[in-house]
Amino acid sequence: MSDAPVMAGIMRDRILNLLKEGKRIDGRGFEDYRDVEIKTNVIEKAEGSAWVRLGETRVLVGIKVDVGEPFPDLPDRGVMTTNVELVPLASPTFEPGPPDENAIELARIVDRGIRESQAVELEKLVIVPGKLVRVIFIDVHVLDHDGNLIDATGLGAMAALLTARIPKLEYNGETGELVRLDEYEPLPVRHVPLPVTFAKIGGNMVVDPSLDEERVMESRITVTFDETGHVSAVQKGEGGSFKLEEVMYAVDTAMRKSSELREMLLSSVDRGLP
Amino acid sequence: MKVKRVEAMMGRPEGLKLIDENGKRLDGRKKYELRRIDMEVGVLKNADGSAYVEWGKNKILAAVYGPREIHPKHLQRPDMAVLRVRYNMAPFSVEERKKPGPDRRSVEISKVIRGALEPALLLEMFPRTVIDVFIEVLQADAGTRVAGITAASLALADAGVPMRDLVAACAAGKIDGEIVLDLNKDEDNYGEADVPVAIMPLKNDITLLQMDGYLTRDELLEAVKLAIKGAKAVYQKQREALKEKYLQIAQEVAGNE
Repeated sequence: MSDAPVMAGIMRDRILNLLKEGKRIDGRGFEDYRDVEIKTNVIEKAEGSAWVRLGETRVLVGIKVDVGEPFPDLPDRGVMTTNVELVPLASPTFEPGPPDENAIELARIVDRGIRESQAVELEKLVIVPGKLVRVIFIDVHVLDHDGNLIDATGLGAMAALLTARIPKLEYNGETGELVRLDEYEPLPVRHVPLPVTFAKIGGNMVVDPSLDEERVMESRITVTFDETGHVSAVQKGEGGSFKLEEVMYAVDTAMRKSSELREMLLSSVDRGLP
Repeated sequence: MKVKRVEAMMGRPEGLKLIDENGKRLDGRKKYELRRIDMEVGVLKNADGSAYVEWGKNKILAAVYGPREIHPKHLQRPDMAVLRVRYNMAPFSVEERKKPGPDRRSVEISKVIRGALEPALLLEMFPRTVIDVFIEVLQADAGTRVAGITAASLALADAGVPMRDLVAACAAGKIDGEIVLDLNKDEDNYGEADVPVAIMPLKNDITLLQMDGYLTRDELLEAVKLAIKGAKAVYQKQREALKEKYLQIAQEVAGNE
């Protein structure tokens, strides 16, 4: 830890000098994502799962489905929750224990993006209104941290949701008995929101920051678009600040980049738009 | 009262209009009108700086301690002060009692408020120390994070912490298909989006930006611009509140002579 500030200083100068020449430390353009790889259905015991590699960042997302009570203010909607674990094997800076503020912020940004676009058709997950609904757990395990966990997690969550299959249920209204059938149906998903994250470094905006870039960035902004051209979440993160023009640039670039990511995601899960 | 509770349980009441045919909102405001905002600086004895903000039905107290010695010590930074922010809601601040202590929402809000205040502070002037900012929401009615930032920024100025600018904040949102300023609780509950924004007005730097809802690109940018205008109005009130405190002190001094 003691040499971290010195290393960060050297790295900062190098990253800043390169940015001045219009270059990034790993040779990418300012609007380029790192190489993305997505594998789905990698965990048989989960109703849905996805493994995502974004550069050297790796995340694993599992979808578990249960039955429970709806929220009292939303009696005719299924329940969805998102949780992120920054497990210590993924980075020397992650520590065991309950989720810290980074894990919570990450989970809540991704959750908002999915929830506010109503990507999962929660109204189709009601068994008995006000009493019994499906509960969808989106659980994210970060396996290797090389920056931009938000976009990797957003891709993983959508890949897992799009390929999840949930068991059919038979509910007997008289006996109140719930039987889980051996037949499966796809989880109903209507939109594909994807977060696009920018780092601001020395006044430059770069998309998909690597860990080296995140270490020296002044600020961060994430914009989540779905395929209808709607924004379902925005989050400025960390310190620093943005000019209005930079926010506008981030919004417009995110619209473009999210549709590129979406095309790639949909082809890798082998389906078209819902 | 009982009827209202049932409505709250069942989601948006049928036929509820958030904007009436005269363009007035539920609480009588126009589209671009702020709620009533009152601010007072230097309200606590122990804190190095403090402020109290009433913003509509929001009642928010902020206190600053520091720069002071940091505990635990391993958190200290050799090159700058550490800024710590704790946003906390009183159990009685909302309709349904809130379990005391930090929940996931409070943890996230504390983190984004820290990010909103940090750019205004000259932390490098106080290496190895901590500046603690405590925000207590005594009553909540939507927009607590922007009211909290506004109060915290005043408390930092009151504590004499060197700042590049005050941080002023305000939210805009979308209700019944229209972009409006400063949502109250009902509008937040039944509306389509909420966009809290914080700025340092001297250089038009945006230090907090979030969006919770569903907006087109154009609606989002309209809301951001409107929230910035709202924050600039809040900034004027902040300056007046600070001036008020020093005028009072000047009068006291004059009275003693």
